[in-house]
Formats: sequence, C-alpha cells, structure tokens
Amino acid sequence: MSLPGASAMTSPGSLAAPGAAPDRGVDPVLEIRGLCVDYGFGDDAAHAVADCDLTLGRGRVLGLAGESGSGKSTLAMAAIRLLRSPGVITGGEVLFHPRPASDGEPATTLDLLAAGEQELRAIRWSEIAIVLQSALNALNPVSTIGAQFDELLATHRPGLGRASRRDRAGDLLELVGMTPDRLRSYPHEMSGGMRQRAMIAMALALDPQVMILDEPTTALDVVTQREILEELMGLRDRLGFAALFITHDLSLLVEFADDIAVMYAGRLMERAPAASLFRSPRLPYTYGLLHCFPPMHGERHRMDGIPGSPPDLRDLPPGCAFHPRCQWAIPRCRQDVPKLEPLTGSHREVACWLHRDNATAPPELMRPDPAVAQPRTAAVSDTSAERAV
Amino acid sequence: MTTLAVVPKGAIETPVLEGRDLTKSFRVKRGSGLLARRSRLHAVDQVSVQLMAGAVSAVVGESGSGKTTVARLLARIVKPDTGEVLLDGHVVAGARSRRFAAQVQMVFQDPFSSLNPVHRVRHHLARPLQIHHTADGDVDEAVMQLLHRVALDPPARFADKFPHELSGGQRQRVAIARALAVRPRVLLADEPVSMLDVSIRLGVLNLLADLRDRERLAILYVTHDIASARYMADTIVVMYAGQLVEAAPSVGLTDSPAHPYTQLLLSAAPDPERLERPALAARGAPPSLLAPPPGCRFHPRCPHVMEICKRMAPPTVTVAPDHTAACWLHVDSGERVLDGAGMGPATSPSPQREAEVQRPP
Repeated sequence: MSLPGASAMTSPGSLAAPGAAPDRGVDPVLEIRGLCVDYGFGDDAAHAVADCDLTLGRGRVLGLAGESGSGKSTLAMAAIRLLRSPGVITGGEVLFHPRPASDGEPATTLDLLAAGEQELRAIRWSEIAIVLQSALNALNPVSTIGAQFDELLATHRPGLGRASRRDRAGDLLELVGMTPDRLRSYPHEMSGGMRQRAMIAMALALDPQVMILDEPTTALDVVTQREILEELMGLRDRLGFAALFITHDLSLLVEFADDIAVMYAGRLMERAPAASLFRSPRLPYTYGLLHCFPPMHGERHRMDGIPGSPPDLRDLPPGCAFHPRCQWAIPRCRQDVPKLEPLTGSHREVACWLHRDNATAPPELMRPDPAVAQPRTAAVSDTSAERAV
Repeated sequence: MTTLAVVPKGAIETPVLEGRDLTKSFRVKRGSGLLARRSRLHAVDQVSVQLMAGAVSAVVGESGSGKTTVARLLARIVKPDTGEVLLDGHVVAGARSRRFAAQVQMVFQDPFSSLNPVHRVRHHLARPLQIHHTADGDVDEAVMQLLHRVALDPPARFADKFPHELSGGQRQRVAIARALAVRPRVLLADEPVSMLDVSIRLGVLNLLADLRDRERLAILYVTHDIASARYMADTIVVMYAGQLVEAAPSVGLTDSPAHPYTQLLLSAAPDPERLERPALAARGAPPSLLAPPPGCRFHPRCPHVMEICKRMAPPTVTVAPDHTAACWLHVDSGERVLDGAGMGPATSPSPQREAEVQRPP
C-alpha cells in the first residue's frame, strides 16, 4: 500500500488547543458560506438552496439528511461546482483548505465558486472525490474496471508507468475488499455492491481530502450497505479523509456520522453532533423525522410520522417553511424565516423560533443533551491531545 | 385508532387467500448470438403463505429474494410452475378471472408510474367502480367515499386533480383507493412505501393498518424494511434466494430470530438505539438463482454452517408456537444423520432455541 494519507490523521492534534471544541471550526477542510442556488431565473426561480452555511472538519464525517427535494444533493453539487443547468449558483462562497504542505507552509485557501476551470481541474478527484448513488451510471459500461483505473491514473499521475498503474489499481481494489482480478471485469459483470466498492476505490485513487458520498448505499441491500459503510469508516480512520455523507436515512447517519445537519426546503435547519441530534433534537422537524423510523425493539405503538407533505419549492409558505406541518408553531413562525444560529451553551445550531428570545420550547425539544449532560466533549479533546503527544 | 392490535387467530380459521408450495422459474437468455444459452432462474421455490382476514402478513427479503414474485403469484399475474392458490380454501383454477380480481387487488411500488398521467383521480376510481358494478348506482358518490376512506379529505378537492398535482403519498393513497373500489377482501401491497419520502411513509402504513382493523382486509405487505414489517405486520415471513427461511408472529421473529439469515438481516438494519455497532455475522451476497447452491441456499454465507447444510436442504422446524425456521441448527443432532454425514461442529450453536418466543400483546 502506498497511500500517503495516514499522516493527515495526526494533523488536527497539533492545531487543536486542549479543551477547544473538537467538533467544529478547529480545522475545516471545506467551508460553505451563504450558498444560494436557484433553479430557473427571475420570479419563477425555485430557491433550491437558500443561504446555507456548513463546515466540514478535516477527517470528520458530516451527515446531511433531508427528504427528496430538500436540496441536499444540490447543495453538495453546487459546492464542488458540478451543478448542472438549470441550476444557478446565485451567491455565497465555498472555501477549500488544502492540507498544509510537507514543509509546514500553510497552503493557500481556494474559493471554489470563484475558481477557474484550470484550478478546479487540479482539485477535482485529486482533492475532492465523489461517490454517487448509482455506480452503474457512474462507471463506463464499455470498458473494464482496470481500463478505467488506468485512464484515471494516467491522467492525474503522469509519472507512473503502466505496470505501477496496474499495481496501484490492484492495491486500491484490495483496500475496498475486492480481489485485483476484478480489474478485468466490466461493470455489468459485477453485483451492485461490487460496483459501488469499485467506485469507492476509484474515488480513493488520488488520496482525496474530501469525499462527497451522495446516497452511496441507497440502492443496495441492508447487509451490503452495512458492509460498505463499515469499510468506508475504517478507511476514513486509516486515510484521514473527510466525508460529506448525504442520505435521506437519518437512522443510518446516527450510526455512522460524527455530526449531522438536517435540511428542509432548501435550508439547513439543525446541526449537531450525531448523538446529541438523536437523543435531544431541538428542531420540531428533526423530532418528527426521528419518529418516522419504527423501532426494532420494545412494545409496538402507533407512530404518526409528520402530517402533510414537503412543500413545493416554487410555492413556499411564508416564514418557516416547516410551520404548516409543525405542531408547536407560534405566530412568529408564520411571518419570519428563522436563521441557523448557535444555541447558547452547546456546540449545536438550530433554526427555530421556539428556541429564540422569550419563546418556550416544549419539553420534547428540551431533552438533556448527552454531550452536555456528561462532559463528553472534554473527554474527547483529552484523548485527542494524548494522541498528539 | 388505538394501538396495532393483533387479531387473535382461531386455529381452524380458513385463510382468505393462500399460496401452497408455490414454485416459479423464469427462462432467461444469457449471452447473445451463437453463444446464447438458455437457463432457468429459480425465482420462488416451494413457498407457502397464508393471508387471514383482518391481519397483515409481511414478506421480508433482499432484492432478488423472490418476494415480489410471491405477491404476483398470489395475484395470479404470473402463473406458478407448480403449487396452487386457494381463495377461501378453494383452489383457483384457469385464467385470472374478473371474479378473482374483485377479491384480490394489488398496490404497486411506484405511484408515479401506476397512475395514468392523462386522467384525473376521478377517472382512476370511477373505472373499476363501473367495470365491477360496485358503485350502487351513484359512481360520483362512491368516488367521494373512496377518497374519504383513504383519508384524502376533503374528497371534492382531490377528485379533479391529475396525478402530477399530487404528492407521492397522496398518489399512493389514490392507488390504494383504486384497489379498494372493487371491494376486495385481500390487498397485495408490493413495497407500497419504499418510493415515498420518509416523513410520509408512516401515514400510508397506518392507513393500511386501519383498513385491516376497520374492514378486516387481509393484507400482504412486501418489503425489504424489516423495521416497518415489525411495526405494522401481525406475522412476518423471511425469504432468502427464493425460499422461505423463517415465519413467525412479527415481534417474536424480530426479538428472537431463529434462522441465521434473519439474524444477519436484523444485525444489518439501521438501529440508532443500539449502543455499539454490531458485528456482522456473515458477509457476501445472495447466490445466483440460475444455479443455487445445493443444500441450504444460505450455507455459503452462514456462520454456523455444518456438513449437512451443504448437502441436504433443511426441513422446516417449529422452534416455538407459530414460529418455524428452515434450518438444520434446530434439528436435534441425532436426527441430522443422513447417509452417514451428520457431523456438525461439536458445539453447534442453537441460537434462541430455548428462548421463549414473545407473543405480541
């Protein structure tokens, strides 16, 4: 194995002061600020992504949850400039912070939205790779997996000879639990899980710092899904890449992501560490979404999901887009759009009027936060400090 | 609208719809031109399912396990190679008749393609009412009642909409209303919520549960999501590679799974309540149905595999009241002897054999 990424694991330790919040803002690799995306122009435009701020920490897994049409894929695609027309980026900036050069010189930050084609080409796939839902559509059906690896490496690593390219491709397949003889296979000769593994291996080929995982396992069976996600998380620990994991399945993110951001109707509505979001949601929508997954244990009781259905982006209700479906809506929710703001005394953000000013949030949204109740954040930073030493 | 009650089943109640030893294989062509070979894909093998009035039976399995084919066999959309379908205990023979269709209706996975985009909701519901003469004279009134039954209120607002004007959940409700129009006693729902947004799935599942409770419909719920099957179904059957591997009351099956495949499925399902990540007991993928492995079809992946599993298909064993599993682990080691090759591992694990299966309240 010749992947040099393992060194990236230790880099946050030297930067993070002991006791600092370990989960945000310490060492960002991708910062999305005020991103706005429209589909269409003028008055008819649908605001698919509205004023979104999101920070992906180096080596962390950030889950992005939302229903279909909530803008989660659009947000990611726009952030890495892969948005197709009629999508238009109408504002914001996306800052990519490359890892520091080997001589300790800090690398220059790049605004992906202002970058030219040349700069983007240098970054795409080698620094930011993407794994899409359908590997069958992402892979070339008329050439073998080996040929596709070869093309990729010949383009981005011109120094490598043919033999070393083949060795490297074999190494990469072994990394994701496949045998190198699969290089001779065509995509249609492999199962869905294998194709997705090959896709992940290809995404890792250039040792990227950021992986965008857009519903990577939605089309797969649960057993394969868990196998692949466990492998991905193991690779993250070894190679140190950061991942933006997009899915509609919030219950999956609770298990696999470090932090979770919840999107609704084009806006980020809540962001919190995974355990906090699951144990103590602050946003009514998150609370409702968590109650849409029937439990696997205990007494069965009737659950009602969330009444109504997601809004049409071209005809959003005034105020908070969720208020027509919200059982706790107050008059202000119908008038003003809430902004994603930090909650006092925690590392989490929420866009909800129930947690602002004099409003009283219902007890369902005031459950004790596990990260605050037991001083877990301190424990985490202790261990990371130890690791740095 | 209380809790999900399990209808107590009398021992001698006749199932409304029953499939007995259903087997179906499809002819497939592999390759092309002169190299083309014909082979048979064994989609469903010796599957028996019973649907009782006022109960939901779930068929759970991964893609390719044959669960959709079972639903289609029961609907008589595909003909079984062997085995039979019984309605009220009588064998149904011949072509799919209107009389049979009036009793057994299907709801499909994709509400975006199962409704005709050029017709209004009213048309979708009026057609079956007219064809089957189930409207008692006033078709318009019957359409309104159907919409009301699937909780599309007020009905007048929805009757004149086109499918594209409805959300996915509303469309699936129209599809269910269309199935109800002929006053069936059996609904076969094939992944009815997997195309819907997470937040509206429970609404459609609750609607099906209400129809079971209020109108005593017999419902087959085909799904890959074992958590939703546990939530709504009274009984669950688990399919693997075209065969039934386990059948039990739903809570009993999910709380004490007896078959290693069911255990694998449960350990892989997302479960945020879990404190630590489970270790997957087995890896790999289901076998090709063109040439299924001999013996138990799960044996290449099974963590408890024994010699006999590779040679002989396992018998169906009753592990608890109403709880059966097709697995050699539940056969006493003395009875596993077959042509002298009954040598299992010395400590053959017998998972949950002794565990008392919890019955739903």
